[in-house]
Amino acid sequence: MANIKTVSKKSKAQSMGMHTEVLTGRTQQKFFNPDEAENFYYFGTYDVDFNKRTDLDVKDMTAAEANREIDNLMSEGYGTIVIKNPQGKHSLGVGILNKLNLIFEGSLGYFGMGSCDGPTVRINGRVGWSCAENLMAGKVVIEKNAGSCFGAAIRGGDLICKGSVGARTGIDMKGGTIIIGGDAGAFTGFMMQRGRIIILGDVGINLGDSMYDGTIFVGGKIGSYGSDAVDSDLTSNDQDWLRRKLKVAEIGENFDVSKMKKIVAGKKLWNYDNLEPTEKKGAI
Amino acid sequence: MCGIAGLIHRGKSSNVGSELQGMLQALKHRGEDSTGYALYGDTDGKNFIMRFKVGENVGEGSSSIVEDVSVYDERKKIVDQTLAELGAKIVKEERTLPYSLRYEIDYDKKDLLDFSQRIESIPGVEILSMGKSLEVIKDLGNAKAVCDRYSLDKLIGTHAIGHARMATESGVDIKSAHPFWGYPFSDVSVVHNGQLTNYWNNRRALENKGMRFMSECDSELIAVYIAQKMREGASLEEGMKESLTGLDGVFTYFVATKNSLGMAKDTMAAKPLVLYESDDLVAMGSEEIAIRSVLPQEIDTYDPFDGEVKVWQI
Repeated sequence: MANIKTVSKKSKAQSMGMHTEVLTGRTQQKFFNPDEAENFYYFGTYDVDFNKRTDLDVKDMTAAEANREIDNLMSEGYGTIVIKNPQGKHSLGVGILNKLNLIFEGSLGYFGMGSCDGPTVRINGRVGWSCAENLMAGKVVIEKNAGSCFGAAIRGGDLICKGSVGARTGIDMKGGTIIIGGDAGAFTGFMMQRGRIIILGDVGINLGDSMYDGTIFVGGKIGSYGSDAVDSDLTSNDQDWLRRKLKVAEIGENFDVSKMKKIVAGKKLWNYDNLEPTEKKGAI
Repeated sequence: MCGIAGLIHRGKSSNVGSELQGMLQALKHRGEDSTGYALYGDTDGKNFIMRFKVGENVGEGSSSIVEDVSVYDERKKIVDQTLAELGAKIVKEERTLPYSLRYEIDYDKKDLLDFSQRIESIPGVEILSMGKSLEVIKDLGNAKAVCDRYSLDKLIGTHAIGHARMATESGVDIKSAHPFWGYPFSDVSVVHNGQLTNYWNNRRALENKGMRFMSECDSELIAVYIAQKMREGASLEEGMKESLTGLDGVFTYFVATKNSLGMAKDTMAAKPLVLYESDDLVAMGSEEIAIRSVLPQEIDTYDPFDGEVKVWQI
């Protein structure tokens, strides 16, 4: 059972709603020091040159063949790869644990860019269900719309969709940022545990249902609130962060963030492992 | 996990048999226990086209049994005799497979309820579709196998819906395969991806109103439910909107009539659908790769939201 403690002094991250609990246990933090850059080696990664660029036409390839070829090109030092004719294929670009500029000239099917750690990706098209699931670090930008379960369980990184997304965006997310330029469907932020979601347009029913933690910002109308999702005050810290984030994301730079709604967890369901069985029953 | 696909050309006809085959074959990884087509062909509109079966193609888990071809021949004779008694004249007949037949029928009555009940009272006989334009073809195997078996690739028409099935709720056989005819309505068909959780409650209520079920497949309920709503005077779109609350579970389904094609998505948006819409073509499927089989160029597609219902006319 997790030993959750509360502290009187909040960190900046906590005051911005990124998380509220204090992490204890065996969590280790390492801070990057340029002088020790050589010691930061990620096993199995390639030393790529962003100026070394190539095209890869995947029209007649399976997803496995295409992904293997991307890996081969990285091993040859290519740091910028342009994928031609993805044609809605599933599972393209999955498992890239490397710094890389990856550009898709077209749309992806399901599970595109899943379980990645580090690449910067631009998709000049649409993506299907579960795009960038389990993203750990990096940036993924989608120029058109996205399907459901967008950014499911991401741990970190920035996931940006300039169009609209389907249902259950950010389901089970544990970190990172998801930014939606258009509308989002039902159950957005379902069971999210940390991280932030920004939606400039409208959002469907059951927003933030059963969320444990994290923050959701909404610019448009909200269909309905999910269980245990509540309003919170939008602070000046929040607004600064939103402006900066939208600018970096090249999306909604002139958007009036001061009118956005901020939704957080009410914490009535949260941490219910600490409750007695009878209390748990009441909370659920 | 099943796959559904559909398309409608507006203002023109096209080779919808071949197009739908490509879309469904792209979805074969979602299930290839059986595949079904509901094709709306160009006809002169004079005669009814009746697709029916006099036996089963029995697969895993089916409650049907394998029968001798002589049994099929006997049933066919009874069907012919019953049609004569109903005043229906067979204009043309084709027997694609021993158990699968296609009749063009000169029949001047509009109410197909009595007609269908008489034909289906013959043991082992099921009408797969009845209409002036609709033809439902379904059998075991993937889209290409069924298309080749029934020579569907040259069928010209305006719209079509289809289904690639992974059997979960019932056995592998033709009676449980989609599309389902909207009995007893001419030219109405349904395909569905999902699971319905109030199937038995609805089924019993509809059976009490005189509607018939031919399988134990939960998806059949949608066809019967929509048909009953239309029987009560609702439009197709109204019936579909009512289904969002009347049917419980997770679903995305398509309904087609002689002149229209509609889609509905449950209120949790639990089942996938990708949609492409332009002035002259609407194409949709469980996955984008289905649409890519007819539109390989870069296009704009989107996922309809939860609880959405849309209907397009030809």
